[in-house]
Amino acid sequence: MLDLTPKKITSRKGLRINPAKTCQPIGAMYAALGIYKCLPHSHGSQGCCSYHRMQLTRHFKDPVMASTSSFTEGASVFGGGANLKTAIKNVFTIYNPDIMAVHTTCLSETIGDDLGTIIAQADVPEGKRVIHASTPSYVGSHITGFSNMVKGMVQYLAENSGLANGKINVIPGFVSPAEMREIKRILTLMGIEYIMFPDTSGVVDAPMTGEHDMYPEGGTRVEDIIDTGNSDLTVALGSFASEDGAVELEKKCKVPFKTLEIPIGIEATDRLISALAKAVHREVPGVLEEERGQLVDIMLDSHSYFYGKKVAISGDPDMVTGLTEFVMSLGMIPQYVLTGTPGKAFEKRINRMLEGAGMEGCVVKSSGDLFELHQWIKNEPVDLLLGNSHAKYIARAEDIPLVRVGFPILDRYVHHYLPTAGYRGAMRLIEMMTNALLERQDRDCADEDLELVM
Amino acid sequence: MERNQIVEKVLEKYPARVYKNRKAHMLVKENTGENQKIQANTRTVPGIITNRGCCYAGCKGVVLGPLKDMVHIVHGPIGCAYYTWGTRRNKAKQVGDEKNFLNYCFSTDMQESDIVFGGEKKLKQAIQEAVEIFNPQAISISATCPVGLIGDDINAVAAEAEKLYGIKVMAFNCEGYKGVSQSAGHHIANNALMKHVIGMGQVQPAQYAVNILGEYNIGGDGWEISRVLEKIGYHIVTIMTGDGSYETLKNAHKADLNLVQCHRSINYIAEMIEEKYGTPWLKVNFLGLSSTIETLRDMAKYFDDPALTRRTEEVIAEEMVELEGVMRYYKEKLEGRTAFLFVGGSRAHHYQVLLKDLGVETVMAGYEFAHRDDYEGREVIPDIKVDADSKNIEELKVEKDEKNYRVHLSPEKYEQLKKEIPLSYYGGMIKEMRDNSILVDDLNHHETEAFVKILKPDMFFSGIKDKYVIQKMGVYSKQLHSYDYSGPYAAFKGALNFAKDLDMGVYTPGWKYVTAPWKTEPMLEGMLIGGEN
Repeated sequence: MLDLTPKKITSRKGLRINPAKTCQPIGAMYAALGIYKCLPHSHGSQGCCSYHRMQLTRHFKDPVMASTSSFTEGASVFGGGANLKTAIKNVFTIYNPDIMAVHTTCLSETIGDDLGTIIAQADVPEGKRVIHASTPSYVGSHITGFSNMVKGMVQYLAENSGLANGKINVIPGFVSPAEMREIKRILTLMGIEYIMFPDTSGVVDAPMTGEHDMYPEGGTRVEDIIDTGNSDLTVALGSFASEDGAVELEKKCKVPFKTLEIPIGIEATDRLISALAKAVHREVPGVLEEERGQLVDIMLDSHSYFYGKKVAISGDPDMVTGLTEFVMSLGMIPQYVLTGTPGKAFEKRINRMLEGAGMEGCVVKSSGDLFELHQWIKNEPVDLLLGNSHAKYIARAEDIPLVRVGFPILDRYVHHYLPTAGYRGAMRLIEMMTNALLERQDRDCADEDLELVM
Repeated sequence: MERNQIVEKVLEKYPARVYKNRKAHMLVKENTGENQKIQANTRTVPGIITNRGCCYAGCKGVVLGPLKDMVHIVHGPIGCAYYTWGTRRNKAKQVGDEKNFLNYCFSTDMQESDIVFGGEKKLKQAIQEAVEIFNPQAISISATCPVGLIGDDINAVAAEAEKLYGIKVMAFNCEGYKGVSQSAGHHIANNALMKHVIGMGQVQPAQYAVNILGEYNIGGDGWEISRVLEKIGYHIVTIMTGDGSYETLKNAHKADLNLVQCHRSINYIAEMIEEKYGTPWLKVNFLGLSSTIETLRDMAKYFDDPALTRRTEEVIAEEMVELEGVMRYYKEKLEGRTAFLFVGGSRAHHYQVLLKDLGVETVMAGYEFAHRDDYEGREVIPDIKVDADSKNIEELKVEKDEKNYRVHLSPEKYEQLKKEIPLSYYGGMIKEMRDNSILVDDLNHHETEAFVKILKPDMFFSGIKDKYVIQKMGVYSKQLHSYDYSGPYAAFKGALNFAKDLDMGVYTPGWKYVTAPWKTEPMLEGMLIGGEN
């Protein structure tokens, strides 16, 4: 497996091998799925839309509906305006969404299609809406695309009517519906009225009913996104995927914001809950204290399997940040921390966390790829991998246990129904990590060393 | 409802222009004795939720990608390379000391500055790094949308690199916006492989040498086909391109016969090899027991050697002895069910035979990216109009290679055989479908839902994008691009795998839980106020 990967690391300036990111439009498509009765629309070649739907469907094992401008060579030369206008007309007639969320592609960006103008000139039926985000594939990553679509929602929809709604906005970041549901549960337990946007729960984890609903019950209502302009505060979870939307909302509607990490692990969850309690001047409810106490109990029970173990973490920046902090709280060493998404802020943030914990010798990289991660591991191995399905090839090549977290997970089931966020999510992470490490010990040890009680 | 009325009912929701466009892509099979025409390989209307992909997907994703011993560099932003990384199940084994790159993904990961100032420099750098790290014998460069638009000359970069490193470096101008679907990409890949690879090798094959064209080894199909062919005594020179290699592809012109499995994606090479080197091609179908047997007999007729014919019958008998009883068991369980088949450019036809072997009737079928000849047969090729989208795809002209040209059949024998077997001919899907069945080209989301609701098939075969839509509607749906991670489905053992999977899909207990018990049972029993309970 991956036998052609040499141990010797050479610097690369032109060749990306085994990426740890994909391009912007898929993030924009995913964000748009988090609006109720919204049809995401890809303004580019058919292949873009097809690939993004394919990958999202494989991750969620659920329908992912989206339309495309179906560019041909002619459109690429003369501009895609006519294609988009035709698409808008057809989409509302045939598929009847309440809103279309258009994102661009490297193709439409390179030829310079002006989406704002095209949409303004398009024939949009009464009561229907079309919003857009600029998501050139040659900038950032799928996380950037998610962020840009969230920003687009604010730009097109949020309004400050002058009437405060007493709510808190929450931008959850590029996470699965399980995380969104868990964060909403925490908000509800704290008695906080909130608007989460986007919210893909109930959309890409819709139940089996015997009928296909093109627009399932989930997703943030358009009225609620409009109303985000009247909220008291926006909590942006993740500086890469969520902060830009919050900044935009402050600019446009004067809603103050606070950027926090996605609540992965005990510390990030503590920070979120403290910040929320302070914001609404309320005590933390007993149920959450109980969950926290259970988590700490589990952390102490299982500490001996984690302490001093080395782990390599790869994935999306906001997610990886939370995971890094969490493994350190378990006493592990985050030997390699890598994201494919560009951004030196990631390296700074992680390095600060490592310094704070007195960790030395760990390697942190943004704009990295899995080929390089593999080479690092070949030079100095780790005990555990945390990453998406693509990491399984490294896991097999180097015989290292892998716990699948993040996006995409293409080869396992149920992951997007069970959270990694919050205290309960942290418990689940510990369960997955101990299972991986202990299964490995059970598999590898001598007969006389097989333990009944562990 | 009459079938024609059903089609009208499905179309009724469309605005006038879409209605007109889509109507031409549908037909109800009639037994009039005349050729029924269907529109295909034309643009999808913008806004329609199509299953189609792009030119790049057909070129790099389908035809080039499976060639295992090459470094396939995708020149563009990261997504295009990323989505063709390990997603298509074209399995490959490393043999001997060859290099297998299939678990790797190579991209120039173009950034904004590359779009503004040009990406050639980065591409050259990427090639250099690929050579330094991996030392491959061949490299492909596939263009993505922005590459053509900004004018990067990937052909010049390839030529320069070829000289510089002394290895084969090929450029594929397969920008996603070209053509109307993956199909354009197949053609572009065919052209370049014909120009640069086929004919370069000098390895003399053993007796009964064949190539398998348009077999991508999804789920190991190619391996099962090879097992059967080798058991009979055939020698496989190369497979295009599942588990295929640059190294073996070079010798493709040395085979005695080309077997064409997927006509759509590879017929260009089949034709060009025949023209240039004289090798005839045979349309085969290894999906389905009856079609596999027919194909094996057709091959025996072509080679016309009593020993080979005898061996063919022996192998058929051996394989069938193991299968007959168990296939009958599955047929009894599946008999009488109906299916929709909507896949690719050939599978929607091939799988009808396998389904029929199991007693399942295909009531509706269509291709995602086929041309009219895949529906109506190659006889319509002269009548197919060249439009603005197809005329930009090069029609490569090849000339007879006097040195390597071989005559395999006398003209008389050739004509005689053409009457008996599909030699250099494909009859298309329509002829083999039952009267009153519905054909739809480039079926889209609205039509899928509408046809399923009206015709209520027992099973639906398609791809990942509509799989869960159908499943949510309570109909068993199976991917026939990726086989839902199962397979092989080809030839003898494959047919049994398919039968088992279908049986699982239909009989899995999960279906009976779709409706909660309290939805059908009275739950308020004994709750009357004042009652004894």
